[in-house]
Amino acid sequence: MLKYTLQRIVLMFFTLFIITMMCFILVRMLPPVEIPIEDPHSVVIAQRREAMGYNKPYLVQFGIFIKDIFTRFDWGISDKLYFGQNVADIFIEKLPATIIVNLYSIILSIPIGILLGIWAALKKNTWIDHAISTLTMVVISVPSFVYAFLIQYFLSYKLGWFPFLMKGGTDWFSPAMFVSMLPAVLSLSFGVIAGFTRTTRAELTEVLTSEFMLLARTKGLTRRQATVRHALKNCMVVVVPAIFGEFIGIMSGSLIIEKIFAVPGVGSLYINSINGRDYPMFMMLTVFYTVIGLLASIVVDISYGFIDPRIRMGSKK
Amino acid sequence: MDQNFEHIPQEKFEFAQLDAHIHDTKFETKAHGYFADAFIRFKKNKSSVVAACIIIFLVIFAILAPIISPYDIKQKDNIYVNFGPFIKSIADTEVGFFDGGVVYDSQNENQMLVFRAMAEETGNDPLIKILGEQDKETLKRGQTVITKTYKVRVNKYYAVGVRYLVMSYEEFQKIQDFQNETGYQVILPYVEAKDIYGISDNPNIWYKVSDNKGTPALDKDGNFVPAYSTSKSKAGAEYNSIRIKGDDGSYIYSYSKSGAVQCRINYFNYYRYVNNREPMFIFGTNSIGQDLFGAVGIGARFSLVFAILVSAINLTIGAIYGAIQGYYGGAVDLILDRIADILYEVPFMVVATLFQLHLAQKVGVVPSFLFAFVLTGWIGMAALTRKQFYRFKGQEYVLAAKTLGAKDSRIMFKHIFPNALGTIITSCVLVIPGVISSETTLTYLGIVNLSEFAGTSIGVLMSQGQAAMTTSPHAMFFPALFVSLLLISFNLFGNGLRDAFNPSTRGVED
Repeated sequence: MLKYTLQRIVLMFFTLFIITMMCFILVRMLPPVEIPIEDPHSVVIAQRREAMGYNKPYLVQFGIFIKDIFTRFDWGISDKLYFGQNVADIFIEKLPATIIVNLYSIILSIPIGILLGIWAALKKNTWIDHAISTLTMVVISVPSFVYAFLIQYFLSYKLGWFPFLMKGGTDWFSPAMFVSMLPAVLSLSFGVIAGFTRTTRAELTEVLTSEFMLLARTKGLTRRQATVRHALKNCMVVVVPAIFGEFIGIMSGSLIIEKIFAVPGVGSLYINSINGRDYPMFMMLTVFYTVIGLLASIVVDISYGFIDPRIRMGSKK
Repeated sequence: MDQNFEHIPQEKFEFAQLDAHIHDTKFETKAHGYFADAFIRFKKNKSSVVAACIIIFLVIFAILAPIISPYDIKQKDNIYVNFGPFIKSIADTEVGFFDGGVVYDSQNENQMLVFRAMAEETGNDPLIKILGEQDKETLKRGQTVITKTYKVRVNKYYAVGVRYLVMSYEEFQKIQDFQNETGYQVILPYVEAKDIYGISDNPNIWYKVSDNKGTPALDKDGNFVPAYSTSKSKAGAEYNSIRIKGDDGSYIYSYSKSGAVQCRINYFNYYRYVNNREPMFIFGTNSIGQDLFGAVGIGARFSLVFAILVSAINLTIGAIYGAIQGYYGGAVDLILDRIADILYEVPFMVVATLFQLHLAQKVGVVPSFLFAFVLTGWIGMAALTRKQFYRFKGQEYVLAAKTLGAKDSRIMFKHIFPNALGTIITSCVLVIPGVISSETTLTYLGIVNLSEFAGTSIGVLMSQGQAAMTTSPHAMFFPALFVSLLLISFNLFGNGLRDAFNPSTRGVED
């Protein structure tokens, strides 16, 4: 198992390295953003660019880039959006909003999703199950910005329960902030709840039909006891890693929601850096999202590896 | 003995049992093949059948909507912006929809009178219904004043009312000709600002007012008193066309304005003059004045064609890649799998962005967008094909084909692939909603700009709608409804197909 885990982690770093290199070279091949002539930062930026090897071969530039990251955690300076500021500082400043919004939405989704999943599995092939399954399907299909629209229009505009946009400031845990976050959290949650429902239902139906459940019933446990003590326990073994995977996963799914609700987070920063052609920012966030994606898949893979030793590398679907 | 078995003369063959009775029972029922069988199972799944019908309907919509819509996608109106659905013949029946209706809160008496004045002058009553009245008490200079406010439903198209327009003499003459021909009153008599307390920014006032806020000075019966100008010397040009009721020929219809004329025009009829038809917006208009009905159709066409194209290309690449992986296995499989793994982990947003930045100018926006989808999109398909190949390559018929000396490529694509086809096509269908969803997201965010190529796209329409969501929700609602319906039914349809092709995996999410 340790070998498997190590293998996965090494492979992850290898993948990350290659993706970073490809993206880096592709980004540097683009003509760099012109530095405004009159700006006092310009001299500094020109010097920084020189130090970052802007006129050297791409692989040398990449070497400098990697070296700067490892020695000083220096990801370069923003050349458009936050002119002259350190990219890493801005990123760290934006991170809490994203994490908090995602955390709330996960916290909201876990109980609802799992309960719905359990309910559907227990009532398998009844109208309840069909209703929940179809609804899950529907909810998963609809893109998140449609929920954002519905929530903004009905809850914020018609009923006036929430503000339209998330309020500014850094008082992350104040009640006003919580209320202003709720629309974003809700819009994110729909998809996540449906995802949990689906996973739980699929897993629990499989567990409920297995032989040890029959044994549990035979030895005299009631259906309720058997479900809670045996089925749920076995089912959670799969669902819990899925929760971690999902948490990491929705960080990358929240781009649009952050933009719509003006969440001052990493997602909107990323979109702005793309639309504003801020390459150093774009590069750092690309690495960030790649890491997020890799982490999500590795967490799920490794935990599955723990649960089911038959799952080996390369035998993925 | 002659060992040449290859060229046995035909005469030497004879039937072994031509007259003997065969003791096998004949099939009573008709046998159906793999696909027919799947189709029977598919038909039993009600939700998928409904989904299939919805997809067909939406496809027909996408084909027909831009044809039905009388407007071109490039045609944009400057005034009818973010207006609701409107069809005049339905609006006239007062059924409560397709009337461009919008609810206005707290309209004061003055505003209500303006609506009445518009109705009287243009003949189109903007006021659909009064939904509620409210008395508001305010303290003004130590006295309590009761102001009445109304909640009303107003036809936005009619509420545009009258506009000022500066035009050339030729244009003025052309409109007169149009008026003579059709009988629609486009140009209305001019009102000079000096007659209405100097109000020069509200062309809708044609009556005598009692202050510079536009409070009407009504006569004792409660009617408006016309304030039309009769000073012939100020007229911009000769007017010899139909005149409004109550005009004894003394009203002037234009106002001279250095080399041109300024007129008060009835915008609804002016629209008729410009477009040769009256406004008809089945879904309303969006924030740049396009007809939403046609625009959604155009966007839908692009989304559907693009998604099908992407899924076909991905199917081809993925099938070949997966077939090679699955058939040869071993080191080939391992290396190809690592390549796929690495590509798979690149975030799609990054791929799309980089392709846009690098290729969009060289090969165009759409091809580079397509490349972005193809670059990582085939991986799922390859993984699936590979799995199917692992499943089938050990089976006897493959061994038989090998024994008979079939080439690798023949075994792969003639023998194994057709068996895996059902599963592969199914997942191909499931790829389509994914592509549409990503495409919509990227155009919504403005990362990919398809407007030049396709005119518009569903994502663009939605982001335009989002901007004016509170005042005109229809601009967001229709594209959102379309894309949601499309994605839901494609997913349901795909799931139904999958269950039909693999009855053993029913209910298990893959």
